[in-house]
Amino acid sequence: MTKNDLIIETILMAGKIMIENGADMARVDDTLTRIARNAGIDNPKIFETTTGILMSIPEQAAAQVEPIQKRTIDLEKVSLVNQNSRAFQDGQISLNEFRNNLVKLNISTPFFSFWLQLIAAVIVSVTLMIMYGGSWHDIIATAFAGGVGYSCYYLINNRLKIRFVSEFLASFLIGVIAVLFVRLQLGAQIGMITIGGVMPLVPGVPITNAVRDVFAGHFLSGMARAMEALLSACAIGMGIAFVFRFL
Amino acid sequence: MMIIQIICSYLATIGFGIIVNIPHRALNSCGWVGVLGWVTYLVIKMANGGTMLANAVAALAIGLSSIFMARKLKMPMILFNIPSLVPLVPGGQAYKAVRNFAVGNDLAAISNLVQVAMIAGAIAMGFFISELAARTYFRITVKH
Repeated sequence: MTKNDLIIETILMAGKIMIENGADMARVDDTLTRIARNAGIDNPKIFETTTGILMSIPEQAAAQVEPIQKRTIDLEKVSLVNQNSRAFQDGQISLNEFRNNLVKLNISTPFFSFWLQLIAAVIVSVTLMIMYGGSWHDIIATAFAGGVGYSCYYLINNRLKIRFVSEFLASFLIGVIAVLFVRLQLGAQIGMITIGGVMPLVPGVPITNAVRDVFAGHFLSGMARAMEALLSACAIGMGIAFVFRFL
Repeated sequence: MMIIQIICSYLATIGFGIIVNIPHRALNSCGWVGVLGWVTYLVIKMANGGTMLANAVAALAIGLSSIFMARKLKMPMILFNIPSLVPLVPGGQAYKAVRNFAVGNDLAAISNLVQVAMIAGAIAMGFFISELAARTYFRITVKH
């Protein structure tokens, strides 16, 4: 492998990891250009969207394309790529080590365990319910709704890998639980319990990134992200609407 | 009352941070950015500033403080502003819109939807101004 091939491979891999795990485009653009400059290419041509990266080196005829099919959210990987890029800039690691680190971190970055995430989801539900002015009687119902909803979302996303269906089913379950708890006199307000329970499912990463991408001039990616956020929000809304229509 | 709000917003921000898997050493500072955003929102709302202004200024505060934290900890900025933004999401209005649509009360639902869109716009505006301010500041202070 020549040096230029190695540079292109490393840059495409770094870009792929960052975009797959929820970085915003301005950050990806900045990092990739910086890696290229530090590797000795003065004027790299890189074009990236949420669904793929294109890169060429000006003096060479060849260009490389890297399609991006899956999109998950793991901000630790984004941060690790960034750290490695900084280390490369400071000359602490060579390009080869950089590439090996990328391969390693893509497979073996630790994620918080499912139970910790479940607890986090319950905490998000309960605290936001209180912050929005819910009553303390609804805590148990909200915790239960948030926990069950997030487990459903997590299982469908990880086992079956179907997007939007997971949000729909999870919010449907949350609505059913809220209605049941209120009917059984264990909760007071259906609205507050539902809002709290749905909060862990909110597409926070696509929303924030859509805004940042559009303002940074990456209109294609911004619109794609906004669409993603809108579809997630609609799926959540449909689940809740289902409950109201038929229960 | 304010203390409960502060504790809750800290925990909520950290909770969402765990869900999107931000690095461990960013969790604490991320929680404080969230508290700052929510307290700004509450204070402006209590001073009768209106929901839009409250959301915009809270987003501005979150944007500026996450830029600061990102520089200080040398980590990407989105680690801090994504979880901190979550309390500002117009969940209540969106919920009302969905409920009114489901019940068949379309006019009320549309007015709720407009509110959702305006709050989202206000938050985007706040982020935009924070980014603008930061870029201008760094361009003035750091001469390339």
